[in-house]
Amino acid sequence: MIEVQNLSKNYGGNKAVDNISFRAEEGEILGFLGPNGAGKSTTMNILTGYISSTSGSAKIDGIDILDDPIAAKRRIGYLPEYPPLYTDMTVNSYLKFVYELKKCRLPRNSHLNEICELVKISDVGRRLVRNLSKGYRQRVGLAQALVGNPGTLILDEPTVGLDPKQIIEIRSLIKKLGKNHTVILSSHILPEIQAVCDRIVVINKGRIVANEKAGVLAAGLSENLSLKIRVEGSESEVKKLLVGIHQIKRVVALREAEAGVFEYEIEPKKDEDVRREIFKKLSSRNYPLLMMKSNELTLEEVFLKLITGDIYGNVKDEEEGK
Amino acid sequence: MLAIFKRELTAYFTSPIGYVFVAACILTSGIVFYLFSLGQGSTDLTAVFQFMYFVLMIFVPVLTMRLMSEEKRQKADQLLLTAPVSLIGLVTGKFLSAYAVFLLGVIILPIYGIVLSFFVSISWMTLWGNFAGLLLLGGVYAALGLFVSSLTENQMIAAVGSMFLNLVIFLMNALASVIPVQIVSNTLRSISIFDRYIDFTLGMFIVANILFFITVMAIFLFLTVRVLERRRWA
Repeated sequence: MIEVQNLSKNYGGNKAVDNISFRAEEGEILGFLGPNGAGKSTTMNILTGYISSTSGSAKIDGIDILDDPIAAKRRIGYLPEYPPLYTDMTVNSYLKFVYELKKCRLPRNSHLNEICELVKISDVGRRLVRNLSKGYRQRVGLAQALVGNPGTLILDEPTVGLDPKQIIEIRSLIKKLGKNHTVILSSHILPEIQAVCDRIVVINKGRIVANEKAGVLAAGLSENLSLKIRVEGSESEVKKLLVGIHQIKRVVALREAEAGVFEYEIEPKKDEDVRREIFKKLSSRNYPLLMMKSNELTLEEVFLKLITGDIYGNVKDEEEGK
Repeated sequence: MLAIFKRELTAYFTSPIGYVFVAACILTSGIVFYLFSLGQGSTDLTAVFQFMYFVLMIFVPVLTMRLMSEEKRQKADQLLLTAPVSLIGLVTGKFLSAYAVFLLGVIILPIYGIVLSFFVSISWMTLWGNFAGLLLLGGVYAALGLFVSSLTENQMIAAVGSMFLNLVIFLMNALASVIPVQIVSNTLRSISIFDRYIDFTLGMFIVANILFFITVMAIFLFLTVRVLERRRWA
């Protein structure tokens, strides 16, 4: 379990992390989402005791990282942004070193073999870290975090540099680990967080802008969902028909998607479900309804909305500002 | 601490640096032994040891230069600083690994004396005094080198920086003699490493001198710990 309370970190006058608080329960995968430079790595470095906080507290299983750093660190496996590897060692000797460094008490060879199997690096055990590709280095870094089987895993962008197949493997591994570990995972890649995490903390400019269950976050922000439909038949006729439905606020004809088939965007009035009405109206006049989907906000849009307050407006302003 | 000591020691001998250091020590001391002792027909090895005093001033920084700086550059320090080890253990482990390689390099020196003793009688006290002085001196060089290495991410700066500091420490005596202010020159002389080293070469084991060397080592190790600590709080 990780408990962060009112954590701040100042670099001179620059607030890298500004009064953030959150909790990650055991068996929960918490996703740390934010653009580059949002303070994700700084927060993780504070949690693992690599750097100090300016104020506030960070507790691992109830142990404050500043009060008893050694006991707290023993409970953490940390994969930093750049895997902390010694390029002059082989993978096996590196992991043995980490094993001894962490004063691990599990049976050594079987424990290390198990980890190598898990992250799929058994076949490079005798190679020098220097000669490994980025993907393998990343996995050796992950293996290092798993040594000693700590209850809490803190992973800073764990899938960077991996190929798509490896990304899927590592994600499923993290999901598996998340069942009996507390995992904090950072990323600026939204689908990744969406795919893996139970809870998402969105951070921007050192502040938390959202802290929700993964599903809630997307749904909560997508109030007034608009619909996209495709209907075969004369554009003006269909539009007239749709506007006639009283729950509908606005209809926009978008384009001709196929020959004779037009696409419309429909904005319903607040809290109205218009899907059945649309179907009934169209079928009564024999206009075939070929597609209907709700424009649920993707996490990308949710994210932009959260950090800028608006999906498009402020982003544009920022660009103009430059 | 033990894990770090073992890793660093292995690292010295997986790269050429450990072999080069030991070979260079044995080669230079061998040449000097031939020139100053065998060539001169002298049984006193003090000149040989004193020559090593200067050679090690340059060699030991080469051993210590990468200890802290390289890790910082490669960001491997994140592993050590987030592992459940104390900073003192970390620094001591690194110091001891450099010291162990240093020992391998200088262990040959008393052997020259022992070889001589088969043919002529030698002054054992002088020999062991010289050796003890060199061992303590090596510790000071290693601790200082480690400290300088913790200040930079660049190995070359670490090496040149510690060589320079070693030189400054050596020159402290000469400096003291030209400073007219009594208090300053006395203070400089009292912390002079060379003066105390000379006592050893005369075969004198003075407890105060031994403690002095150990204190200097401890101070530099402590400073290294502080540098790591400070980096965390920066």
